[in-house]
Amino acid sequence: MDERRLREVALTPDEYRVIVEQLKRAPNEVELGMVGVLWSEHCSYKSSKALLRRLPASGPGVVQGPGENAGAVEIGEGWSVVFKIESHNHPSAIEPYQGAATGVGGIIRDVIAMGARPIALLDSLRFGPLPASARHFEGIVAGIGGYGNCIGIPTVGGEVYFEDCYANNPLVNAMCVGLVRTEQLMRARAEGTGNSILLVGADTGRDGIHGASFASLELDENSAERRPAVQVGNPFLEKCLLEACMDLAHTDAVVAIQDLGAAGLTSAVAECAGRVEGAGARIDVARVPRRERGMTAYDLMLSESQERMLVVVRRGREREVETIFQAWDLTSAVIGEVTDDGQLTVVDGRDHVARIPVKLLTDGAPMRRLMGFPPEPPYGLEVDALPPLADPGATLLRMLASPNLASRRGIFRRYDHMVGDSTVLAPGGDAAMLRVKGTRLGIAVTTDCNARYCHLDPHLGAQLAVAEAARNIIATGARPLAVTDCLNFANPDRPEVYWELEEAIAGLAYACRALEVPVVSGNVSLYNDSNGESAIYPTPVVGMVGVIDDYGKRLGAALRAEGDFVLLIGSSHNDLGGSEYLKVEHGHVAGRPPALDLTRERAVNRLILSAAQSGYLHSAHDCADGGMLIALAECCLLGGIGVRCPAVRPEPPLRLDAALFGESPSRYIVSVPSRAMPEMQSLARRHNVELSLLGLAGGDILEFEGQLKVTLAELRAAWEALVT
Amino acid sequence: MKFGVVVFPGTWSDRDCGWVIDQVLGQDLVYLWHKDTDLKGCDCVILPGGFAYGDYLRTGAIARFAPVMEQVGEFADRGGLVWGICNGFQVLCEAGLLPGALIRNASLEFRCEWTHLLVERTDLPFTSSCAERDVLRVPIAHGEGSYFADPATLSRLEQRGQVVLRYSDANGRVIPSANPNGSLHNIAGIVNARGNVLGMMPHPERCSEAELGGTDGLKLFRSVAESGLKVLVS
Repeated sequence: MDERRLREVALTPDEYRVIVEQLKRAPNEVELGMVGVLWSEHCSYKSSKALLRRLPASGPGVVQGPGENAGAVEIGEGWSVVFKIESHNHPSAIEPYQGAATGVGGIIRDVIAMGARPIALLDSLRFGPLPASARHFEGIVAGIGGYGNCIGIPTVGGEVYFEDCYANNPLVNAMCVGLVRTEQLMRARAEGTGNSILLVGADTGRDGIHGASFASLELDENSAERRPAVQVGNPFLEKCLLEACMDLAHTDAVVAIQDLGAAGLTSAVAECAGRVEGAGARIDVARVPRRERGMTAYDLMLSESQERMLVVVRRGREREVETIFQAWDLTSAVIGEVTDDGQLTVVDGRDHVARIPVKLLTDGAPMRRLMGFPPEPPYGLEVDALPPLADPGATLLRMLASPNLASRRGIFRRYDHMVGDSTVLAPGGDAAMLRVKGTRLGIAVTTDCNARYCHLDPHLGAQLAVAEAARNIIATGARPLAVTDCLNFANPDRPEVYWELEEAIAGLAYACRALEVPVVSGNVSLYNDSNGESAIYPTPVVGMVGVIDDYGKRLGAALRAEGDFVLLIGSSHNDLGGSEYLKVEHGHVAGRPPALDLTRERAVNRLILSAAQSGYLHSAHDCADGGMLIALAECCLLGGIGVRCPAVRPEPPLRLDAALFGESPSRYIVSVPSRAMPEMQSLARRHNVELSLLGLAGGDILEFEGQLKVTLAELRAAWEALVT
Repeated sequence: MKFGVVVFPGTWSDRDCGWVIDQVLGQDLVYLWHKDTDLKGCDCVILPGGFAYGDYLRTGAIARFAPVMEQVGEFADRGGLVWGICNGFQVLCEAGLLPGALIRNASLEFRCEWTHLLVERTDLPFTSSCAERDVLRVPIAHGEGSYFADPATLSRLEQRGQVVLRYSDANGRVIPSANPNGSLHNIAGIVNARGNVLGMMPHPERCSEAELGGTDGLKLFRSVAESGLKVLVS
């Protein structure tokens, strides 16, 4: 076999030998292309599958774990929440606007395929520093808005970090959350021999051929030539597709819905059939509606044209379904049927095109056994050698203005975050919250990952990501339910990268078990390198969903009333390793990330939830990046209320800089009306959690007596540096 | 009072408007499909927000040709209440039911944020529940909401008092810093000369319940609902 041809379909000579062995013949061109895309890292998870099995996937309330288009968890009153996060890193690096837009479009279709109505979008983004990375930043933010705003699903959250390591490899992880009546949850299983397979939505063009393979390679100087592998999004068409699919819920003619994403028709049909033991499918590509002439069977099976879905319909009821799509002026075509021979057979009219066992496509990729080896333990940090904090007020202003801490308002006001009339906690705080209309239920959603921690210690960093996501949910008064994860790593063929992947997954698994949040869906994106270098930080993004029984009891981060007591919950240590303070003030990314005691974490979380439930709290905010003082400043800025505090006198060995800017986990800032203080104090004692009074809310100044005194106007000017 | 909410392909505020009309106000609601050729006996037609037909070519440019729009035009000519919100305002301008046009925001960016609106007329069926010179807090969400008209049209609008809503600060001062999109004269909403067709860029259906951050939008919906009552009484 020609090696160049093999490289084009991203197969190794060894993998080619396996294909020949299994088929007992050489594959033809189309078959080679089909196997190539499905065996790509992006589709087959051949480097990560064994590790992913370590993640806890089940738990109370889980109605759908990994393996479907998205995961699903029950939230009560007959409703389930459906969600998944997915990367679109490689396309966004090459073509930022369309790469990001189609990433959003793709994740929405995953949720639609479960029969759920999408109710929220979140985006976890990583860029190189501005202004050098402005092309990526502007294009990606505009692409996310362009798609989400047009389709009418609110973009309510996410995160943005700027680090040198993402300069050539920006990360775009899009998460979609949907709602469905539990009994109407769909699964993409090609059940019922003889049932019809319909292709609906957009016509098929030549766009995106080999996209999945492209996403499984490092970027290099030739990557720009891969631009044709990036698809173009049409959110208007997807809006119509969405509404038509919602209308399908009213008929029982539909057996399954499957998104066409990476690897297009080949993957959609194979996955759908692969989920049913012994099932196969026969596809006639001559019936595929197309948007250009001269397309070959190869093009049609591998095209990644957007805004298409596969629908399996009970035999004889095709008209019913076609009528629904016609009402939305959408094309639908019967392109094949479900069989019981376990083969994916492709014909083009009367011509035979391909015939491959479904299992060979979906489960046949030889798992890669990679070696992990820890790199040099990075960068020790002598905390004692750091100079003492000279001017806390000046440091606070510099930190607030730093790109990783500054207000994200300039970004999220470019996203429609209100459409749907359900956003009861808007972006800008901890988690966002959507109400479930017709009930009192609220769904809290967030994404988190401090990749700097993961770089310094991937096991601990991944745990901290899970813990922070959970705190963001809990700060709103909601209980964490489940996780979706997006694992962004560099080239796993390098032993230190594979080690990072192993460690991060182990850390995720450990923290998810401890905090009782199963991982119900996820995605892996490897090879985020350029020209064999500039490896990104290991970035295991955690998307988390929680629920509150009565959204009337939700909490925001903003201070609400003058005279409230402002408290720090949890204890502080000399946790300056990997901190924003260390980076901004001392120019280091060094040390060990903050130690995390998950037993303490759970105790603090129980206290906050219990206090929220009892109505003792006026606000709650997670202490995370930038530490206590940054969190306190955010509470002031969001509420437009100052705080007056006595001087901070940390007890040795705690340093002043660590007390103010250290990033010890398991801490919250809460505000409590004076009448509830006695109850709050005794509740904290009962949970054995440290509670310290910081000061009193009021006025328009943030002050620690004799240490710092800054007006809200000064704070805001620094914080909104990125808002133009 | 029976409200009809028009659904074009690409519309997305239809269900939000419907929710307020039906669940918050308890009024009669019917959805009107873009291919419908009758208005099903409704008293007020709402053209809601969204990207009708993808807003390809130009916002509202294709929607004006939808079959339902012919009925909407005749209904407006007969004095029926027509209320365009966001994309609906853009459609009304394209259809010639309101003067002027909505162009790209001055920032060249989409904007989703809260604004304040000074209510300049309370003698209309859309604003009768508002106090004189009331200031409403209502969010916007648009990329092309900058109101534009030629000088003659603009001065005619002003002379005849057709400007109903203007972007202002929280105290009702109409100042440049309160203008979120570069609209001429801070215009957020206008009526036709007869006063039965209102177009506005902000979204009152997004602020009709306290849990969504405010209830000022309800004043407009309530005005319309009560205007129906007045007709019945008189």
